[in-house]
Amino acid sequence: MATTVAEHTTAVTTPARGRSRVPLPAKLRRGGWYRAALFDVLGLGFAVGITALLRFVNHQHPVIDGHAITTVALFSVPVFFLLGLGAFDYWLYWASGRPTRPETHEDHGAHSWRDYFRVNPDHKVIGIQYTVTSFFFLFVGGMLAMLIRAQLAKPGMNFLTPEEFNGVFSVHASLLIFVFVIPVFAGLANFVLPLMIGAPDMAFPRLNALSYWLLPIGGLMMLASFLAPGGSFATGWTAYAPLSTDMPIGQLFFSIGVQFAGFSSIFTALNFLVTIITMRAPGMSFFRLPLLVWANFATSLLVVIATPFIASSQFFILLDSALHFNFFNAFVGPHTNGNVLMYQHIFWFYSHPAVYIMMLPGFGIISEVIAVNARKPIFGYRMMAFSLIAIVVLGFTVWAHHMFVSGMQPWIRIPMMVTTAIISVPTGIKIFSWLATLWRGVLHMSTQMLFALGFITMFTLGGISGVMLAMVPFDIHVSQTYFIVAHIHYVLFGGSLFTIFAGVYHWFPKMTGRMLDERLGRLHFWSTFIFFNLTFGPMHYIGLLGMPRRVYSYSAQFAGWNLFISICSFFLGLTFLIFLWNIVASWRHGPRAAGNPWRALSLEWQVSSPPPIFNFETIPTVVGGPYEYGVPGAVHGVFKPPAEARRPSAVAVARE
Amino acid sequence: MILAAAVGTAILLAIVLSINWFPTHASTQINRTSTLYDVLLIASVPIFVIVETVVVFCVWRFRMRPGEELKDGPPIHGNTRLEVVWTVIPALLMFGLAGYAYTVLRANEANKSGAMTVQVTTRQFAFEFTYPHQDGKTVISPILYLPKGKPVVFKIRSYDVVHSFFVPNFAEKIDAVPGITTTLRVTPNRIGTYPAECTELCGPGHSFMRAAVQVMTPSAFQAWLSRQPNNGPPPIGAPPSGVSAASSKGPAKTSKPTAAAGKAVFTSAAGCSTCHTLAAAGATGTIGPNLDQRLRSDCAKPASKRIRGPTLEQCIHAAITRPYAYIPSGFHAGIMPADFAKRLTSAQIAALVKFLSSAAK
Repeated sequence: MATTVAEHTTAVTTPARGRSRVPLPAKLRRGGWYRAALFDVLGLGFAVGITALLRFVNHQHPVIDGHAITTVALFSVPVFFLLGLGAFDYWLYWASGRPTRPETHEDHGAHSWRDYFRVNPDHKVIGIQYTVTSFFFLFVGGMLAMLIRAQLAKPGMNFLTPEEFNGVFSVHASLLIFVFVIPVFAGLANFVLPLMIGAPDMAFPRLNALSYWLLPIGGLMMLASFLAPGGSFATGWTAYAPLSTDMPIGQLFFSIGVQFAGFSSIFTALNFLVTIITMRAPGMSFFRLPLLVWANFATSLLVVIATPFIASSQFFILLDSALHFNFFNAFVGPHTNGNVLMYQHIFWFYSHPAVYIMMLPGFGIISEVIAVNARKPIFGYRMMAFSLIAIVVLGFTVWAHHMFVSGMQPWIRIPMMVTTAIISVPTGIKIFSWLATLWRGVLHMSTQMLFALGFITMFTLGGISGVMLAMVPFDIHVSQTYFIVAHIHYVLFGGSLFTIFAGVYHWFPKMTGRMLDERLGRLHFWSTFIFFNLTFGPMHYIGLLGMPRRVYSYSAQFAGWNLFISICSFFLGLTFLIFLWNIVASWRHGPRAAGNPWRALSLEWQVSSPPPIFNFETIPTVVGGPYEYGVPGAVHGVFKPPAEARRPSAVAVARE
Repeated sequence: MILAAAVGTAILLAIVLSINWFPTHASTQINRTSTLYDVLLIASVPIFVIVETVVVFCVWRFRMRPGEELKDGPPIHGNTRLEVVWTVIPALLMFGLAGYAYTVLRANEANKSGAMTVQVTTRQFAFEFTYPHQDGKTVISPILYLPKGKPVVFKIRSYDVVHSFFVPNFAEKIDAVPGITTTLRVTPNRIGTYPAECTELCGPGHSFMRAAVQVMTPSAFQAWLSRQPNNGPPPIGAPPSGVSAASSKGPAKTSKPTAAAGKAVFTSAAGCSTCHTLAAAGATGTIGPNLDQRLRSDCAKPASKRIRGPTLEQCIHAAITRPYAYIPSGFHAGIMPADFAKRLTSAQIAALVKFLSSAAK
């Protein structure tokens, strides 16, 4: 662990901070943006060299081929960039037998904005890097949604071309799924999870830094596909073969971008698992963990098991597309043995668990927010924890409900229908437990509480439409229509995004040391809640009437509703500006936050806001559950060694 | 609160059940599926209303009053009996709904005796319907004609990417998957014209991949079927240089292309009328350019003359065989199939050119 390394050698200069006056060659030798720029050129050179060599050996002329170079460069340039930035320095020094850079603790923490733009092993810096980066992609993805709705404002519109339109909605979904919802939860948890379990940092701080830096690469690659010849990938975020294997090179920006985002997810999940298992403070048993930690434990299990499947599915697309492996091509002349449905099975074996990867951390956030703001213990804590594990297990048994009309073996639909219906039971347990937690509480109607209650409303609707979709005959009618678009947005926007907002409003004081503006927060909640329902509610109806999704134009009977939806969606887009203004203004000029503004019991609130560099001056000892609100004198943790903490006279730090 | 929940449930149920959620019912399948939907609504509305009532009641009754800033709620940690109840009841409800849905699925997909088989061939971006051999002839149509009351089994194939065949008024759909043949069973029970659409993203022309479905009386259907000429060539997309294509090419070469033959190609074999309007062929498609209005004027444009050739015949020939060489204003590449030169015989194309040059005003 970082704190234990104390070896110093004189040969290594201390890392310069801020505007340094080191001459350029030294800058190029040391990890950072200058070396990263140089290595980018080397990465491109590598791509040109290796493709030219292989094509020359293989008698393919001309040996310089833009398509081949781009394909290799999409891998080599980012990897060389990370090498240049210094993400691998420590391991490479160690592996090559050179003296590793001593851990001086100098590179922990952030002293200026520049420290957010380097490989920084501090989990709090990484948490903020993650969160801000993913919100950047939220805004980009949201603007793409505005383009989609502009095109769909009336039938026969020519605002975009069909190719552009398909590209816009594909990039919209890919950005929001892979580089917003999934990583923003990892970002929030990165910040608060080590604090919550009483750890000074994550188990593997350098791996943590690497997993962050993989994320913007994945997102920017997907975004950069708009610059590719032939346009961006235009096959939806599902990239169904064989359409996707026969697309211009923009498709590969998705196939390869997903690999980077996927590695980022996997590394973070491994880090969370090891951190939760090995770095809990003394006395922090599994059943004293805050539910956010439980939720991230469950999510990390899902990520580690499922993410390799999407990685492999996109590798298959890449191999089909670039090297003609013909995994999915059922019409390749004499060898017509491609298997089109196999792609969908592999894809959904990840992408259904991914729905829970995008939801379980939100459940954790809501448990924290509701317990603190209702001033009551979580009702049925153990069932809340067990239901998370039940969702993890059942989550792997339902993937083919996305394929009820795919032409797969018909009998598979029946077990998948039953498991899909049953997975709503553990989810229902959570909803009912939150309701029971509210009951007889003292409800503080803060912005995060509004978002939590809004989440319960909308997630219940999304869950109900989900149960309906589990029913095969109904799914046959509405799958691939706007009903699905409505359902997924109720679950991911009304569900995940509302939990993310609740989490940001809850932990913003802890992360930045500033309070957010409550009045703007309430305005943000109500405007988002209203325009969200006006935008996505009617989509259920037009979907039932038969309007297909992913269409560039539609029949005239849907014109009225689509215009209404488009107008509401533009207002929904504007509500994000309220949030942005609140964040920017409060971060700069908001009132200073106390250590524990919400009078919460969990450990992250028992330190200053923002927390000190290694979180705790004394590692706390956990003496009780995390939600003992209303129990007189109850505390979760005390800042004393275990031997002293067990004495009944322990000072209740939580109430100081 | 229980009273509020009951009243709320009753009002919301009355509203959601009075809304006509489904499109016009035109098959026995949609009747069952929409009944299933009503049952799902009846099961869902009370759950939603209970959740919302508790949320609103708690906010109203238990919200923090001034002076309660430091007060906490009672430390209730749980109630095993309650937790068992809200685990078991939803589980039973789910098993019940899944069981009912299974019976609906069985009924919707039951094998019916005397069913008619229709081959559905899909490609970017059109449907084509092939009817059973009547006196040894093959009838191919871009419009789906169906007799009322007769069970139909659709055998669906794709010759390029994954498509889907969906008729909202039948509440049935299934993907068309390259390499396998998928099956869909429908019993139409209402006379009328309905849309068929592709619902699986299949490329730039995806939203234009539609066809008309015409449900008619059995006698009218039989009359239509027997009126149809033998369409000879194999379904579109089949191996282009196969035996059957060569045999159909043979006799066609000897006879001179006629406008009447071109009209037949236009309305059925090539499927032009799905997308184009042309009064002479009775075609009213709106996806591609309106040939009555645009054909002559577009061919007269200098850019068109330069790219597609100066004469009207050359222009039409190029527009069919190389559609993206020149794209009329207001339209996009990628919508019209670009492989007619392969899918049609040269005689068929010649007949089409002859028909179009005489028909276009």
